[in-house]
Amino acid sequence: MNSLVDRFSTTSAQSEIRRAQALAADDEEFSDAAWGSEAGFGSLAKGVPTFSVPSIADPSAFLRLHTDDHADPNCRIKIQHGTTTLAFRFKGGVIVAVDSRATAGSYIASGTVKKVIEINPYLLGTMAGGAADCQYWETYLGIHCRLHELRNRERISVSAASKYLSNLVYGYKGMGLSMGTMICGWDKTRCRVPAVFYVDSDGTRLKGDLFSVGSGSTHAYVSTAAGHRDAFSGNTCNLYHIKEDGWHFIGNYDISKMHYDGPGDVPGGPGKGYGYDIRVEGRSSANPPPVAT
Amino acid sequence: METSFAITGKGYVIVAADTTSARSIIKMKSDEDKIKTLSPHLLMAYSGEPGDTVQFAEYVERNIRLYHIRNLYALRPSASAAWIRRALATSLRSRKPYSVNLLVGGYDTSEHTPHLYWIDYLGTMSEVPFGAHGYGAYFALSLLDRYHDPEAPLEEGLATLRRCIDEVSKRLVVTPGKYKVKIVDKDGVREVEL
Repeated sequence: MNSLVDRFSTTSAQSEIRRAQALAADDEEFSDAAWGSEAGFGSLAKGVPTFSVPSIADPSAFLRLHTDDHADPNCRIKIQHGTTTLAFRFKGGVIVAVDSRATAGSYIASGTVKKVIEINPYLLGTMAGGAADCQYWETYLGIHCRLHELRNRERISVSAASKYLSNLVYGYKGMGLSMGTMICGWDKTRCRVPAVFYVDSDGTRLKGDLFSVGSGSTHAYVSTAAGHRDAFSGNTCNLYHIKEDGWHFIGNYDISKMHYDGPGDVPGGPGKGYGYDIRVEGRSSANPPPVAT
Repeated sequence: METSFAITGKGYVIVAADTTSARSIIKMKSDEDKIKTLSPHLLMAYSGEPGDTVQFAEYVERNIRLYHIRNLYALRPSASAAWIRRALATSLRSRKPYSVNLLVGGYDTSEHTPHLYWIDYLGTMSEVPFGAHGYGAYFALSLLDRYHDPEAPLEEGLATLRRCIDEVSKRLVVTPGKYKVKIVDKDGVREVEL
């Protein structure tokens, strides 16, 4: 019954695609000027019909109208952002660390957010920028990674998965998506190495050894002070380790406890808090002359 | 800030581009290769809007490769540059234009001459003896006006390029760190360390 309705309805997704295919089949209708907007697929326009966009004249202007909290503090939608996420690659895999605070405007909406999205047992995505955008599109990426697996009888590489996501968000460029994410994993089938890719809503995709994303990233690149310095990051830190057999959740650490008390008795630890005031307690740069005896 | 240079000399073109990849005030990466090898004797340095750059460069790369596969010979530099310019010009009038600036350098094996084309995101193209994009252009072009020699041997050309890079790192407030330098001549494309 549903397929019958689909075939004759004029609004369903299938009829959308049918119409686009009919349009693309007729080369005269499909002007050369349109290719620049085909998600960078250029001459492959026939395989990529259209993107679904809300039925408003200018979706990005509409979104800006209701979300711009700098110009209008009373705006309808407060997007959750303000984050520190960090991931790096080393011989033994990938370490992923993220904070757990969600802020909507200046309000701390939650202190226990999961900013690591477990795409599947061997791929992790981190979440910075719009929480909803990241969560939705990375889950969507998970669906397509599974489909790739079923179609090709092979795990998708981290490179391919991240490119899938970057091509996807590039198609929505300029329409208000906001995400900065790191796709991390261990390639098992091809080159057998850990990999980290940075993908953001500009459509940038970078392969690298170490990335940090979010409002606290400038601090995180330098030290562990991000949770302390950046008001929009904080509470606790979730730590993951990706090994050859997939990701493992290492633990959840209280950032304030790290600042004041340190990690406890671990190899290489400082034995006390990481915080600057704790670390330099009792030390002074004063240089008084020696007291005469 | 993104900067790219290219200079021609006796039988070669040198193309150089910085290797930083920035987002707002942060360097996300410092060893990014922004020079693509389009065919055995053709190089293209690209800079501009993040996202657009790589998408457009890969689009060009694959179409030039397709031509090579279909015809068993590569498109000549002048024809490639004209095709690339046209791609940018059509995109400019589309809903979402590519903002990409390019330097296309190649060696024409049939007429034994190096060619360099300066192309910007508006679809402007001009054949030049030397060219630059980005803030570095403000320093490099005047320097090259003074020191560029169309008949300079490779060593001299590289020395001139080094001069440009030194001048930019001396005068520009935000200096790109490292540069990737590639040469195209009668033997094809190769990368060199400065």
